Amino acid sequence: MFVRLVYESFRRQTRRKVLAGVAITLGVGVATAMIGVATDIGDKINRELRRYGANLVVIPQEDTLDVEIGGLNLKPASDGAYLDEAGLPKIKGMFWRNNIVGFAPMLPVTANAGDDGQMTLLGTYFSKQLSFGKTDFVTGVRSTHPWWKVQGAWPNDAAEDVLLGERLAFRLNRGPGDRIEIAGHLHRISGILSTGGAEDDEIVAPLALAQQVLGRPRAVRRIYVSALTKPEDAFARRDPKTMNAAMYDRWYCSPYAQSIAYQLQEAIPNSHAEQIRQVAQNEGVVLSSVKGLMFLITLAALFASALAVSAAMATAMFERRGEVGLMKALGAGKISVAGLFFTEALLLGLMGGLVGFAGGALLARLIGRSIFDSEITIQPVLLPLILAIAVIVTFAGSALAIRRAIELDPVYALRGEG
Amino acid sequence: MLFRAAILRRGRAASALLAMVVAAAVVTTMLNLFVDVQAKLRKEFRNYGANVVVVAKDGQTLPPNALNKVSSTLAGRGLAVPFAYAVARTSDGRSIVVTGTDFDQARKLNRWWSVTRWPTASQQALVGVRAAALVSPQGKPIDLNFGGRVVHLSPAGTLQTGAAEDSRIYLSLRDFEAWTQTHPSTIEIAVSGAPEEVSSVMQKLSETLPEAEVRPVRQIMEGEARVLGRTQATLLATAILIILTATLCVLATLTGWVYDRQRDFAIMKALGASQRLISGFLAAEAVLLGALGAVIGFGFGIGGAAWIGRANFHAPVVPRFSVFPTILAGSVAVALIAAILPIFLLRRVQPAMILRGE
Repeated sequence: MFVRLVYESFRRQTRRKVLAGVAITLGVGVATAMIGVATDIGDKINRELRRYGANLVVIPQEDTLDVEIGGLNLKPASDGAYLDEAGLPKIKGMFWRNNIVGFAPMLPVTANAGDDGQMTLLGTYFSKQLSFGKTDFVTGVRSTHPWWKVQGAWPNDAAEDVLLGERLAFRLNRGPGDRIEIAGHLHRISGILSTGGAEDDEIVAPLALAQQVLGRPRAVRRIYVSALTKPEDAFARRDPKTMNAAMYDRWYCSPYAQSIAYQLQEAIPNSHAEQIRQVAQNEGVVLSSVKGLMFLITLAALFASALAVSAAMATAMFERRGEVGLMKALGAGKISVAGLFFTEALLLGLMGGLVGFAGGALLARLIGRSIFDSEITIQPVLLPLILAIAVIVTFAGSALAIRRAIELDPVYALRGEG
Repeated sequence: MLFRAAILRRGRAASALLAMVVAAAVVTTMLNLFVDVQAKLRKEFRNYGANVVVVAKDGQTLPPNALNKVSSTLAGRGLAVPFAYAVARTSDGRSIVVTGTDFDQARKLNRWWSVTRWPTASQQALVGVRAAALVSPQGKPIDLNFGGRVVHLSPAGTLQTGAAEDSRIYLSLRDFEAWTQTHPSTIEIAVSGAPEEVSSVMQKLSETLPEAEVRPVRQIMEGEARVLGRTQATLLATAILIILTATLCVLATLTGWVYDRQRDFAIMKALGASQRLISGFLAAEAVLLGALGAVIGFGFGIGGAAWIGRANFHAPVVPRFSVFPTILAGSVAVALIAAILPIFLLRRVQPAMILRGE
């Protein structure tokens, strides 16, 4: 009998059920999409912030002082200590290897450019193919320094072509395809590099060429590492040496800039890694404020969709006072009437919730693809949670209307008053 | 009659009004935030430091009035900090870069500098951590030699940035100029505002300082443009979604409300009211509901935006009353649309059938 009542109610009052169902579906859909976007936005913005360049730098432990002004090195280039290039792929063997977006070694040397005089040659990886264990990966300045622009072509890391800084190229009056003498050999200029920084006055070449000019194979001066990190908090700033084992594990396994720097130091022998505070500190600030903003907007959206669903349910229930009156006149008790309506609300909430969840997941994916060029995936774990919220909100919306309908004298209800 | 309709059907009128208010409030919040968040985020991005640098050409120094010229060009819409550089020798013959700057300004520009204690007195220096480890362990005083003139400095604190600053010694510009006779060669500028404003400032700077080179810091400018663009696009998508849901829910609630009252209209019709009168009555009701919802919702929305601004950016979002006409027009339009559909449907039915409950 009960099942039949519910079934008939859905069959005969399709318009009202569809209206309420659409409201629930929309509300749940928007809520799902918003939760999806809000939970993923941190990661997405973090990746965008990597466009500010490397946030960590690795230098030799016993390094001497840099004597550089405005990026121009005034110290004899042969001075100082070096890191070993052979250690670089180990960065991809670290605990937080998946958070490493890229890294680029740098080796500035002074090169004799024949008639053009002495100039700085910067050796680096452009997009070098490396492998660690079974994983192959590509890294270099093209991922760590995304604001570097090349007119012409990027050189191949294995070849001996070079890039010429914009201002240097202007001074020497050379363009892509021309040749330049470096340490007695002619090299082809594959492109003109514009960075807005000191590199505009330098020659940028594959690392191997710089090592050859310096006469020290495998030497690297510093490594820029671009990593996805978590905003720094008081715990992040603690010294790992003073922690107990459990705290140390927690610190080590959190992607703080500090703990990633610590792991870089472990991976590369005789090195000292630290955060580039200009990038690392500020990205924490920007990240927290964007995340906070999305969180609050999501709250507002959830609140609005809850109210909208409640309003729609209240409307739907209100229309059925006559029915309640009839049932009560026929001798139905309060509990069975309430049971019937709550069952209907439950069914509506579940169906609307399911369809809304699927729609919301699609919507989140669409937003992710069109704004961030990458997927926003909704965790299936969210489904029960979303369904529960949908049902609770539907119940809450109907509760007041059901209560009033039940309290109402059947005579008035049947006459359509009250 | 309007008044009595609202009083008699309190519950229904209230739920329709509630839907209207919530929708108007949410839309107001989103519109307010959307306009203001850009400015708020730009301010956060200025923490990254200078986005424009003025550099003297080919190792010369800037003219003495350069900083004044830059400041007057900026006219308060940014921060300009001069930097002067020299390579000095320590007593054991090591080369070290010494920089003269305005500490108060540098502190505002480069908030990421981690400084143990800023110098306050003359002849005090701020020493980079790597420099400190080599030339002034345990905060020992430093003697520096530049061109035969020796200066005696006491380190006030250390500076850590993770970049070139770590191997330098910073002095106040006055001490630096008195000692080296060298003047600033670089002015780092944080220009606030949208990219167009920044480029117009750059344009003006290169006109007023033809002897210097004005360069954008592309790393900072491009990163900012990108992150800001993405955040705004997300916000826009969210705003559209929320506005759409709110509108649809208001439509559903109002349509249901009007439908529910078909009996009233049937009675009115049976008593001799013309179709036009009934439509007019419904429309007037919709306009009233929309307007009331818009006014109350606008109030709540302003409050909501201010709260989000304070909670997230620690600065309230300035209420924008310019969005009020949009909200009002939108609310009234939605309410009217919600009323039109039932009006059309009601036109066709005979009063007798409705009154019989068919």
